Amino acid sequence: MSHVPGMIQSIERSSAVLRLLAADPDRLRVKEVADALGLPKSTAHSILRTLEHVGFVEQDPRTARYRIGRGLLDLGTAGIDANELRGRALNWADTLAARSGEEVRLGVLRDGLVLVVHHVFRPDDSAQDLDTGVRLPAHATALGKVLLAYSATAAAPAGGLDAYTRRTVTAREPLAVELAAIRARGWGLSAEEWRPGLAGIAAPVRTSGGLVVGAIGIAGPVERLTDTRRQARPALVEQVVAAARSISREVQS
Amino acid sequence: MSYVLAIDQGTTSTRCILFDRRATVVSVVRAEHPQSYPRPGWVEHDAARIWRDVRRLMVKALRAAEVEPAQVAAIGIASQRETTVLWDRATGVPVAPAIVWQDTRVDASTIDPDLLKSRTGLPPATYFSALKIQWLLNHTPGLRERAERGEVLFGTMDSWLIWNLTGGRHLTDVTNASRTMLMNLSDLEWDPDLLRTFRIPRAMLPEIRSSSEVYGTAETVLPGVPIAAAIGDQQAALFGQTCFEPGEAKCTYGTGGFLLMNTGTTPVRSSHGLITTVGYRIGSERPVYALEGSIAIAGSLVQWVRDGLGLIGTASEIETLAGTVRDNGGCYIVPAFSGLFAPYWHSEARGVIVGLTSYITKGHLARAVLEATGWQTRDVVDAMNADSGLALTALNVDGGMTADNLLMQIVADFLQVPVVRPMVAETVSLGAAYAAGLAVDYWSDLRDLRANRHRAGSWKPALDSGRRATEYADWRRAVECAVLFSRP
Ligand SMILES: Nc1ncnc2c1ncn2[C@@H]1O[C@H](COP(=O)(O)OP(=O)(O)OP(=O)(O)O)[C@@H](O)[C@H]1O
Ligand SMILES: [Mg+2]
Repeated sequence: MSHVPGMIQSIERSSAVLRLLAADPDRLRVKEVADALGLPKSTAHSILRTLEHVGFVEQDPRTARYRIGRGLLDLGTAGIDANELRGRALNWADTLAARSGEEVRLGVLRDGLVLVVHHVFRPDDSAQDLDTGVRLPAHATALGKVLLAYSATAAAPAGGLDAYTRRTVTAREPLAVELAAIRARGWGLSAEEWRPGLAGIAAPVRTSGGLVVGAIGIAGPVERLTDTRRQARPALVEQVVAAARSISREVQS
Repeated sequence: MSYVLAIDQGTTSTRCILFDRRATVVSVVRAEHPQSYPRPGWVEHDAARIWRDVRRLMVKALRAAEVEPAQVAAIGIASQRETTVLWDRATGVPVAPAIVWQDTRVDASTIDPDLLKSRTGLPPATYFSALKIQWLLNHTPGLRERAERGEVLFGTMDSWLIWNLTGGRHLTDVTNASRTMLMNLSDLEWDPDLLRTFRIPRAMLPEIRSSSEVYGTAETVLPGVPIAAAIGDQQAALFGQTCFEPGEAKCTYGTGGFLLMNTGTTPVRSSHGLITTVGYRIGSERPVYALEGSIAIAGSLVQWVRDGLGLIGTASEIETLAGTVRDNGGCYIVPAFSGLFAPYWHSEARGVIVGLTSYITKGHLARAVLEATGWQTRDVVDAMNADSGLALTALNVDGGMTADNLLMQIVADFLQVPVVRPMVAETVSLGAAYAAGLAVDYWSDLRDLRANRHRAGSWKPALDSGRRATEYADWRRAVECAVLFSRP
């Protein structure tokens, strides 16, 4: 295969592998792919394994042959099904709630809002209602700010930024600064920006290649989540980040 | 810091989970093993493969949490029940593929139901181990003679794993033994009359122990760590949900669905199609019994939609697909793949999809798949209410399917009671960990365990009662169709 200088060769080769698989009605062996593209078998194998890892090709476990994967067919749907994300997050969301003593939400960005896809109660057995399916304002919540920070286009949400409390960030410039800070440290805080007295800490859930597909966070009274200088308590931040990391691992496996 | 390691050897997958003293998950690793369907109605597992998975996962669970073997206080084993493994005592090699509980190759119609029920608490069904052992002894040349000489051993998965982990101890626990059709419920020993009836040599059976005691230490994988619990997966979930008081119940949704209610230290006989089974036994304490409503097919119907039909790519997508429609469009699925279990006990029934019109889309089918689990739950809860004379006021749930929000809402709607999920959805593993931890004083007593229990979520019924009644009547007619379509 010829290679154009300045281009990344492995991406060119991967594209050729995908075109080859897409063009063939049957599943292909590694050797067939290697021969068709004039690649060493080991190179073809590595490319196929990587493409399988990201969901763009699938291998039949019985015949070891490859074909185009569902990930490629669903390319438009943001990386992961929301219900699948909840399934993968279940254990770690529970652990986060048990350790932190606070309620836990898992959210994804939908039409500029946070869609809550999973909710775990605060472990104090008080009466609480399940929030799954509820939509929250993105710029006023920790979950939402994390999701905005890592989305390519939604960083400047359409429409106005409504004020929910006097601390809600409603101007674009300060919001952009804050989103950059979230990207730099890898987690977000909202202290009384949505509801008076309430704070949230959240961190991103990433699939392979670093793509953010959701955010997980805790919410609770501002005095429990932050110190007297309204800084997030480090122990809680660590728990949230650890949960996000565990879920990311689960999503990638 | 020390931990308890739980092994959950389930029907579709094996998990190893490390728990800390607060009963939170420290690491979890899992592997699916292949389901083999060599003929219609047959379901087999490769026990050697399962043991390899367990070995690998035990090591992986420790590595994932950076925990040393010396930090593991005990190992607890929860496992799929009834599935029958026969292996060579000398070589440790299985003599045939394991026959899975869902397998229907045997004929249960010749068993005397009264004798069986009075001795074991079980109805005649293809579900339990005895007929599977008998089938293997009858269909493998020379096997019966070898079994009589004590050269071939029987075990459910707990026995198979303990035998391998300890380098040759042949044991089982009361909960697993209560699913064989061979254990007498009153003295918790192998029943000589039943052994004679099924022509099963005593020499091949394991010794029956409690669910929570140190059986020995591991010789391999984690040498020196005590193996301190063995318990059937559904009973483990009852224990993990801390249903320690008579009247407390839970329903676990995995491959199948299993509603168990603690009935205290006396076995209660069902007159509405439930099973009487051992709930757990802690060391030399009195055994605690349970009533069980077993649903053979719950999550495995979703799996069939994924693997058999290819309508979805992952199990969770069933919820997404079902979410594309508002109702079932008149379509019902009765998943009698292994006959119908509780409360019907029709081994011959086969699955049906009814109510099809051109209006039905794959969304409606997905909805009917989830509703099948909802209605089957309703059937066993109604039976439980009738047997206990009390109406359940809330349903405690756990298992992989509780990740499905729509399903949990459907269950609440069909039962008309709130559905409650506890903080640890992996209750099977938690129960095994609890039973093992108690035996080595990692936890001190049942009160200590109960303190870890918290509500993580709940769903409230919202369906109007008229629609519920009509749809339930439709479901019952669909069940009649499945019975009508019995295997000749
Ligand atoms: N979101 C979902 N909606 C519906 N079904 C689901 C969902 N997620 C998983 N399942 C089903 O739940 C089952 C997995 O649950 P779980 O992990 O508790 O089972 P398991 O422990 O492997 O089963 P068992 O122990 O009974 O063998 C699978 O059959 C799968 O199809
Ligand atoms: Mg299970």
